[in-house]
Amino acid sequence: MPTDQNPDPATTSHPHNGGVPRIQFEDVVKKFGSTTVLEGLNFSVDRGERVTLIGPSGSGKTTILRLLMTLEELTDGYVWVDGDPLTHDRRDGKRVELKPKQVSAVRKRIGMVFQQFNLFPNMTVLQNIIEAPVHVLGQSTEQARTKALELLDRVGLGDRGDAHPMQLSGGQQQRVAIARALAMDPEILLLDEVTSALDPELVGEVLGVLQDLAATTDITMLIVTHEMQFAQDVSDRVMMFDSGHIIEEGLPAKIFSDPDNERTRQFLQAVR
Amino acid sequence: MSDFFSGVATALPRLLGEGLLATLVSFAGGAVVMVLVAVVLGLVEHQAPAWLAVIARVIVELFRGSSLVVQLFFFFYVIPTLTGVDLGSTWTAIIALGLNYGAYGAEVVRGSLNAVPRGQWETTTALSMPWATKMRRVIWPQAWALMLPGFNNLMVMLIKGTAVVSLVLLSDITFEADQLRRQVGLWPAFLSALVIYYLIALVVSTVMRWGEGRAQRRLGLGDFQIRQARRDAAKVLAGAAAAEAGSGGSGARREGRDT
Repeated sequence: MPTDQNPDPATTSHPHNGGVPRIQFEDVVKKFGSTTVLEGLNFSVDRGERVTLIGPSGSGKTTILRLLMTLEELTDGYVWVDGDPLTHDRRDGKRVELKPKQVSAVRKRIGMVFQQFNLFPNMTVLQNIIEAPVHVLGQSTEQARTKALELLDRVGLGDRGDAHPMQLSGGQQQRVAIARALAMDPEILLLDEVTSALDPELVGEVLGVLQDLAATTDITMLIVTHEMQFAQDVSDRVMMFDSGHIIEEGLPAKIFSDPDNERTRQFLQAVR
Repeated sequence: MSDFFSGVATALPRLLGEGLLATLVSFAGGAVVMVLVAVVLGLVEHQAPAWLAVIARVIVELFRGSSLVVQLFFFFYVIPTLTGVDLGSTWTAIIALGLNYGAYGAEVVRGSLNAVPRGQWETTTALSMPWATKMRRVIWPQAWALMLPGFNNLMVMLIKGTAVVSLVLLSDITFEADQLRRQVGLWPAFLSALVIYYLIALVVSTVMRWGEGRAQRRLGLGDFQIRQARRDAAKVLAGAAAAEAGSGGSGARREGRDT
């Protein structure tokens, strides 16, 4: 089993404590046609850890989230969630594809918030949130509704349950999308450029909700973002990607103020 | 001139009696079969494993690519000699019309499923929805709103298409008009028939448009998307959308993103 990619304890904040990592990528290869996006990627994320992936577009950050959400298929390698195989298992040294039901069982531990919100336009805000808890987790409508209202309160939209997505601003839609993901009680939350589609004045309200979430829960988060201040505030660790490789990782304070790698330095200068 | 009006007066009761009934039965039955065939073939083409999708594709091309009249004769004359099952005129008309227009409808269904944004499909995966839940609760309601303009066009074409059912010995409006022409003259007979077809189409189209607006408002779609859906519907009928969708891959869920 490959372990931590960055063995220097001074630059990492996630000692393994002998436990199984929440997420582990093992020799992950992802190709789109003849383009190789990830070429033997290894890394792991601990329970409750908040990891931000930064790097130029096309460097594979979003692909990592999409692989975890099973929106893309692994070309080769393994992804483990709490030690369980996500889509492929190793049996007698062979790589075996899992059945959809097995995939689904592990995938339910993962939630995702998308750049484009993706609220269901044919449902009200409240219906958006209770849909999966009722039809996937088998909760009663009443139970799911109570929880949904709590979550809406939490994202500051307690009074908008009966609104339709189209009636909400982008920032409000994204907060509903966060509540919808949380309604599934995920252990892992994937945030894929969740503020990139928002008008600048709406970014703050979404980041505020996420900061509150980071402060008050122990959900493991994997974050792709261009909001460097936010990344610095919530992350335990930052991983800098270039061409599908982690070229540098460490504490946000270190990476953002004094990166070792020249390309990290250039990238940060460019986005600021 | 008075000849003309007395001719129309003689023709109308005949056309609006048995003739109208045969046309409406062919249309209503054909419409039900059309929608069923379109939904099944369209869903299979878009969602099923490749080998099954290919079979659906072949069926679609077969019924789109050959003459409705020949299909009608095939069901009326050939099927009974092959199987010993005689469907009778009415059922033959309903099935042939339904299959032929349903094959076009399959393209409407497939195109609409393609038009549901990829993010919607992906979100259902992210929420681990089983296939049936995903389709029933999220995808279909959205695709349905996009399908209605296409089905509207097909319904109107189906009404006009029923004019061939007299070939399998149904006494529909066209057949009656042809009979009446000797009795009342060309003008009164066919002009009356023309107006009746137009009025049926108008009623159907009005009802469908009302349904379209309702389904689309429910999704909060703006005028732009509604106009877009109508344009897409027109393209499907022109056959252009088929070629375009064919090259675009067979499903939003299978496409990749480059980062």
